[in-house]
Amino acid sequence: MLTDIVFWVLAVIAVAAGVAVFVVDSMARATYALAASFVAVGLSLLLMNLEFIGVITVLMMVMEMAIMAIYMIMFMGMNPALMPMNMVHSAKGALSVAVGTFAVLATGALFIPWPSRRGVTGTDLTVALGEALMGPKMLVMITVSPVLFATIVAAIVLAAPSGRYDRLGDDLRRRSATARRPEGVQR
Amino acid sequence: MTLQTVLLVAAALFSVGLYGAISQQVVVMVMMGLELMLNGVILAAAGFWWFLSPAPDGQVLLLVVITAMTVEMAMGFGVATLLHRSRDADMTDMATDLSQ
Amino acid sequence: MNAVEIVQVSAAWAPLGALLLLALATVATGLDGAIAARAAGHPWQQGLRLPWAETARLLRQRRRTTVAADRLLWRTAGAGLLVTALLKIVVVPLGAWTLSDMSVGLVWFNAMDILVWALVWLAGWGPNSAHSLIGGYRFLGQALSYELPLMFALTAPATAAGSLRVGDIVTAQQGLWFIVWMPVAFLVFCAALMGFSVWGPFSTPFGADIAGGVLAETSGIDRWLLLAGRWALLTAGSAFGVTLFLGGGAGPVLPAWLWVLVKTGILLAALVLLRRRLPALRPDRIAAAAWLVVLPLVLLQVLIVSVVVVGRG
Repeated sequence: MLTDIVFWVLAVIAVAAGVAVFVVDSMARATYALAASFVAVGLSLLLMNLEFIGVITVLMMVMEMAIMAIYMIMFMGMNPALMPMNMVHSAKGALSVAVGTFAVLATGALFIPWPSRRGVTGTDLTVALGEALMGPKMLVMITVSPVLFATIVAAIVLAAPSGRYDRLGDDLRRRSATARRPEGVQR
Repeated sequence: MTLQTVLLVAAALFSVGLYGAISQQVVVMVMMGLELMLNGVILAAAGFWWFLSPAPDGQVLLLVVITAMTVEMAMGFGVATLLHRSRDADMTDMATDLSQ
Repeated sequence: MNAVEIVQVSAAWAPLGALLLLALATVATGLDGAIAARAAGHPWQQGLRLPWAETARLLRQRRRTTVAADRLLWRTAGAGLLVTALLKIVVVPLGAWTLSDMSVGLVWFNAMDILVWALVWLAGWGPNSAHSLIGGYRFLGQALSYELPLMFALTAPATAAGSLRVGDIVTAQQGLWFIVWMPVAFLVFCAALMGFSVWGPFSTPFGADIAGGVLAETSGIDRWLLLAGRWALLTAGSAFGVTLFLGGGAGPVLPAWLWVLVKTGILLAALVLLRRRLPALRPDRIAAAAWLVVLPLVLLQVLIVSVVVVGRG
């Protein structure tokens, strides 16, 4: 009973905050509304005994949204107090697509005869997750790790203002290399 | 809290995110739409796991979704920074020529 | 030294936990005030009154409002720091008792100090003032530097104990405190602790050079909440450091709960005394040092711990 109440409160917060992301006219509010939505979902995962995944979701998403807010402000470059934020295209079409998707998904959720529950939860799911990742599900781990590493490299390559070819010349032989901005520990 | 209600909430989150991803013009707002869709996916996956087959191994799927979200964010910011730097663009409509 | 069994107590004890946290924070503030008073040539006893005098002064003050402030986010962020500190100590065992013995207590603590990212930046964003916002940006800049080393510093005790449960980490230290064989992780934790408390060398987001930064536009109860929140975070972090690295309630003669309080007090006092000997660090300078020097060191520490754990079997 208590679980139900908590779940519904969290569900309402999650969806309402999600809607708020595209309704409010402030960049900070939009970003942190999304963060609130994620926190609500993360906490509702705790209700399903997914303690590690739930807390990790909260941790990662609040971090991401703190960074996201900076990007919002950096790229949009406007004062939301002076200029209401309304930059949408084909809003009507998008709305109908979204409503259609919801109708299809909701119909599926309600009318598909879901099988009954089978299998049992372990006693310590966090340990079980770790053992799964390092044992039978090792393939996931060895796929995810290089993907994440490649992401770090690729994102830096895309975002870095100047590479070593800019500083050292096309054949990397120019000696009088001066970085556009100071780098490293010594600056 | 039943599987149906969890899936309904997840569907609502996914649809709201879809609306945002389609309708928003600013790249970062599009990314927020995508994040919201993945938020729904996380909730749905957790619901399926808990109500249908709560074997410990199933949590791995959620970890994959969270990883996907991280990759999306990092690459999104990378591309957005590059777009902004090279052509001072922050809207998807300003980069339509890239699709040609 | 017999192993203490950690038991979870009812949530009704939470107010007592909050009270202890605030009491320790008050003592730390008083000590800081006493040192400041002595340095200024006044009798040090005067400084002990600082927390009370400051509280009385701020509670009488009017709240400042600014034009086009984002009231909702500003006030939420102001109150949030104190709440975050309270949520942190939920997983810290006081001797044999803990408010929540959740299986991922360590990650919970980490998630709570991520909340500080959001809160400090929002406190800077809220008042719609340039200096405040610069303070918020400074904090995020330094947060990017301290957070990753902190995460790996937290990984070391978890690896050694083979568990993310804080109770297990305390139990694993019955023979030997973790600080003995993971000193690097402990030092990095202490630095990061000052980082997420926006305090000492990491206090540039509140710096005088930007008119108080995040504090610039606050007065009255708002200012009190921010200042108290910082001290509470420092105290909560010290308590967690004691739990992770200094054996928690382990110690002779005194009961375990008292040992936790005593050790937390000692760590806090050490930080307060150290504060005046450390320069303020510029956020952009911390970044290079944190990523190029500290992060590899912590990774090395985790590697050593892992090798030891594997070697022990």
